[in-house]
Amino acid sequence: MENQSVSTDEIVREENLVYKKTSLMTSKALSYCPGCGHGVVHRIIAEVIDEMGIQADTIGVAPVGCSVLAYEFLDIDMQQAAHGRAPAVATGIKRCWPDKFVFTYQGDGDLAAIGTAETIHACNRGENITIIFINNGIYGMTGGQMAPTTLPGMRSSTTPYGRDIALMGNPLKITEVVATLPGTYFVARHSVHTPLNARKTKKAMRMAFENQKLKKGLSFIEIVSNCNSGWKMTPTQANKWMEDNMFPYYPMGDIKVNGEMVKKKEEPKA
Amino acid sequence: MGQVKLMKGNEAFAEAVIRAGCDAYFGYPITPQSEVLEYLAAQEPHKRTGMVLLQAESEVAAINMVYGAAGTGKRALTSSSSPGISLKQEGISYMVGAELPCLILNVMRGGPGLGTIGPSQADYFQATKGGGHGDYKVIVLAPSSVQEMADFAGLGFELAFKYRNPVLILSDGAIGQMMEKVELSEQQPRTTSFDQSWVTTGKSPDRERNIITSLNLDPSKMELHNRKLQAKFAGMQENEVRYERIDCDDAEYLIVAYGSCARICQKTVKLARQKGIKVGLLRPITLFPYPTKIIQEMTGKIKGILTVELSAGQMVEDVRLAADGKVKVAFYGRMGGTTPAPNEVLGVLEQQFLNS
Ligand SMILES: Cc1ncc(C[n+]2csc(CCOP(=O)(O)OP(=O)(O)O)c2C)c(N)n1
Ligand code: SF4
Ligand SMILES: [Mg+2]
Repeated sequence: MENQSVSTDEIVREENLVYKKTSLMTSKALSYCPGCGHGVVHRIIAEVIDEMGIQADTIGVAPVGCSVLAYEFLDIDMQQAAHGRAPAVATGIKRCWPDKFVFTYQGDGDLAAIGTAETIHACNRGENITIIFINNGIYGMTGGQMAPTTLPGMRSSTTPYGRDIALMGNPLKITEVVATLPGTYFVARHSVHTPLNARKTKKAMRMAFENQKLKKGLSFIEIVSNCNSGWKMTPTQANKWMEDNMFPYYPMGDIKVNGEMVKKKEEPKA
Repeated sequence: MGQVKLMKGNEAFAEAVIRAGCDAYFGYPITPQSEVLEYLAAQEPHKRTGMVLLQAESEVAAINMVYGAAGTGKRALTSSSSPGISLKQEGISYMVGAELPCLILNVMRGGPGLGTIGPSQADYFQATKGGGHGDYKVIVLAPSSVQEMADFAGLGFELAFKYRNPVLILSDGAIGQMMEKVELSEQQPRTTSFDQSWVTTGKSPDRERNIITSLNLDPSKMELHNRKLQAKFAGMQENEVRYERIDCDDAEYLIVAYGSCARICQKTVKLARQKGIKVGLLRPITLFPYPTKIIQEMTGKIKGILTVELSAGQMVEDVRLAADGKVKVAFYGRMGGTTPAPNEVLGVLEQQFLNS
């Protein structure tokens, strides 16, 4: 209405931009908590698909978890799957469309508890898909209950006094487990809490999708991520806590490359 | 005339699935239906038609593989027997919610629990009243011969795509295992003629992205979605009722039975007529939608109905709803994998309606 006021378009000029919305992200506002890693990983996926020019050939599968609404944010064809079943759904798609790119996007409760069988068997069959595994050590969506990845002594709404490993067992390092299976071709663990780590994740993501193109077998990328809401911390505290506690247990770096186990693991960057 | 062969019900179904131009089968072994997967494996359908075949790690995985394939517009199916079908219920509910077509075969065995491998019809409630969570229905076809095991493969896919909804073939251990003559149809191409606008095969520049989901967190939108589904189920009730009537024109008594039980009762009708008792048989072919109207029509003309099932009495509830108290509805059932003899059924009929 006020003719003198400067419009957003005038302020946000192309030449002033150092960072812009990825073209394959929709304009829908992310529903994730501020500081959550889910959004960064979405962006990385969108960038890789965009840069490879494979939007018309990509189908994503997001099961139940905080990221169940991933299809609202990624501008690609997607299927929502039942809790834990994404690798089976992806198998069904990929077997029928061997030349398409198929990925799953799963939380730790989804992939390493209820969906363990589907995860192990898709990996073991060497399905030519990409599994993206968001390990935040907790059930984010349902309000912060213990996950198979919850650290010893870590509090959650179902382990209010800390995870007692005598009672609940040890955290499951499923990424190390799937790396032992001949069907996996590329297995790596990364994080997205700093720009450097996000860049490493993107490099791994690109490799995972390139592997699909070459029909090399299954690529599995774990992203150790924060859940500030579930952990009951501020985003900054959560990132620090993650570095101090999650990374020593879940060390960063490549675990298996080109079908071969990597001998020396990269140390976590503090 | 198509090729005529002597085949087991399960094998005839598997062969018919290939010939119907099915795209993918995902399954897990369980008696008495393992011949489906075994027959397909021996046939190497990827060589015959390019059809995908995969033995899954569980029934849960199998139905979710079907979900994925169906979401890309493929004609996908799975088969199992009672305990395995129980495991598939979450997946079936998701498929109805996401409006995905598929074909499911249940070769029923006796339960509850691990039960027995003998034939049973005790999954009728599960098949026709929903089975999994939420308000939903699937079309249920009940074959009573090896021929129908073959014929319902093609019909099942046709109906599944017509309504974008799963179709369940509710067979049993007797029909799956017995051998009969079957006429097989010609090989159909694996091409699809149905509307492909909703499938997820990658978003091309000329269309909006497609999403397969059963989720809607907005209750009012979810209610609208439920209304849409209910309208679809009403359409099935309007258009898809199928049944067979045997010797019903002059019948004074009616037996209602489906599947293998209908085969037994067909003999009962013969025995009864030899004795001068005018008995007819109504064989529901679709269990959902149920042939309610024809039972309603017939109740005015008959003196009694006997429902016979391989269960403790499940379908009889639908018969009683249809008869609405206007005529006596008696029930006779055998359980746990046992089957009644034709004269055993006749004895019950006489005792219920003639000896009183
Ligand atoms: C069969 C079934 N059981 C339980 C649930 C409830 N549920 C939804 S998401 C979830 C856990 C999600 O945790 P995770 O996979 O770690 O994802 P996050 O939200 O942490 O990203 C659970 C238990 C469900 N939807 N379906
Ligand atoms: S609950 Fe946790 S995982 Fe979910 S959006 Fe919030 S921070 Fe992220
Ligand atoms: Mg989690």
